[in-house]
Amino acid sequence: MSTASIARTPVPDPGTASASVPALVLRGLTQRFGNVTAVDGLDLTVQPGEVVAFLGPNGAGKTSTLDMVLGLTRPTAGMVQVCGTTPRDAVDRGWISAVMQTGGLLKDLTVAETVELTASLFASHQPLDAVMERAGIAGIAERRVGKCSGGEQQRLRFAMALLSDPRLLVLDEPTTGMDVEGRRAFWGAIQADAQKGRTVIFATHYLEEADAYADRVVLVSRGRVVADGTAAQVRAMSSGRTVRATWPGATPAEVDRLGLLDGVESVSLTGSTVTAHTTDSDALARHLLTATPCRDLEVTARGLEDTFLALTQPTTFPQEQR
Amino acid sequence: MTATAQATQTTPTTPTTPMRTTTTASARPDQPPAVRRPLVNPTYLRLELRRLLRNRRTLIFSVLLPVVFVLSFSGAQSDPQGKAYVAINFAVYGAMVAAAVTGAAVSIDRSSGWSRQLRLTPLRPTSQVVTKVLTALVLAALPVVVVLGVGALMGGRLSAGEWLGAAAAAWLGAIPFAGLGLAVGYLVPAETAMQVIGAGMSLLAMVGGLFVPLSVFGTTMRHLAALTPAWGPSVLARYSFAHEASVGAGVTSIIVWGVLFAAAAAWLFRRDTARV
Repeated sequence: MSTASIARTPVPDPGTASASVPALVLRGLTQRFGNVTAVDGLDLTVQPGEVVAFLGPNGAGKTSTLDMVLGLTRPTAGMVQVCGTTPRDAVDRGWISAVMQTGGLLKDLTVAETVELTASLFASHQPLDAVMERAGIAGIAERRVGKCSGGEQQRLRFAMALLSDPRLLVLDEPTTGMDVEGRRAFWGAIQADAQKGRTVIFATHYLEEADAYADRVVLVSRGRVVADGTAAQVRAMSSGRTVRATWPGATPAEVDRLGLLDGVESVSLTGSTVTAHTTDSDALARHLLTATPCRDLEVTARGLEDTFLALTQPTTFPQEQR
Repeated sequence: MTATAQATQTTPTTPTTPMRTTTTASARPDQPPAVRRPLVNPTYLRLELRRLLRNRRTLIFSVLLPVVFVLSFSGAQSDPQGKAYVAINFAVYGAMVAAAVTGAAVSIDRSSGWSRQLRLTPLRPTSQVVTKVLTALVLAALPVVVVLGVGALMGGRLSAGEWLGAAAAAWLGAIPFAGLGLAVGYLVPAETAMQVIGAGMSLLAMVGGLFVPLSVFGTTMRHLAALTPAWGPSVLARYSFAHEASVGAGVTSIIVWGVLFAAAAAWLFRRDTARV
């Protein structure tokens, strides 16, 4: 399978300023567990300031990749570079931090104690009060972690990740198990933070999250990058729009003839509603409005959901493993 | 794969980035080296202690239970030295339980993902282990002081030097058990770890001569007892008046078991760190 890559913002000329050191470089990254290949020669470069969604179904290799980025596991083959150095060195310098999906907290400490302890492990850190304020946990500082809700625990993890003022923030499915309100609040905090120029990479299988919060969407399937671009570009890759219109008194023969127009992939008639999938919606719309009695014309892009399915579920569905 | 094919045929645009020649890219020359953190972090030590003290089960098994034993058994002893003897035995027992429980608590760090979280900080894994051992030492002092204090209140009489010697033997003799606790904590899940420690410590205390005098054992049994880990602190703590073995033999036993448990803990720790 070849990797489709969409041209993005040009890569700044390297070597001129330290800002041009990519936040993350992955080359041929591979992780095998026994004879299961979780990550299969993955290539990715993330520039400083990008907010990247790592989108893929469960078992696509997202967590395995992020574990290697964080230095928690060693790649079987390939290279990881974080801010121009090794993951472990980047962790030691506080350049990279992460909000993991679950766990990583001690129930018998309070929120404030957890933050204090984490801060004490770094050579230098942000003021605790400010960080807790930003993560929205200042009001629950004295609460035992075990008594916090899932959303509160996640905001605590976010606070812990902010302490070292990292250049690269990694979020592994950060809103799993959170309710809608909690999810919105969490992303609000992340977005406010990213606007200050922090590089953010988040793994998710929620399409709407990728669409709403990322500048760039990297679609992974079976341990490889299958698409890479803005949400709009990735969506456009499944190329095509749906054109729908009301055609009073349409006959099946008339409707079938639409299929002869350039770009039209399929046409159907339900009652008096014509639905067509096409790669050239402009031409079809023009035809329908000028050469037929159609009205109430509607053009919709195919959702990211359709793209996602088209790209991550090839002919044979892979055995999901991680 | 129509969608991918249709996307664009351009080759990946990214490799214009400078590539380091090796996979172990070193820090850029204009960056100062990462600051090495000290092995012992006072905040970490303090919060570890606070965590353990919040855990009622730790205190019940390492302090309350030995005190209850002293209260119930010293009544049966008529002479002041006999009362002190009971208190010393349970002080040794309390200290070894406290140390082992503290070490085994690392299983909670593992199962909760805390160990993993710590690996996203500059903290060295070795530092985590050293902090556990120090915490174990601090916590082991608690039953020693409390149990010997209760023993003295119950009428146990020894000279100040004898009390101090017994306290030191009980306290320092607990160090190997911190290693044993760590090894168990790295080996089995959190729920099992505490049960293993609870049962294991009672058994070791029994064969080490803490619950029944070594003199009631037969000759073979007494020789075997001398090869178990609680025997060292047990005979050393009672040395001033019981003289069951030489100081050298007791110290040797503690050191040998200390090294064995530390080696086991270190090996299991490495295995665990490689996997997390």
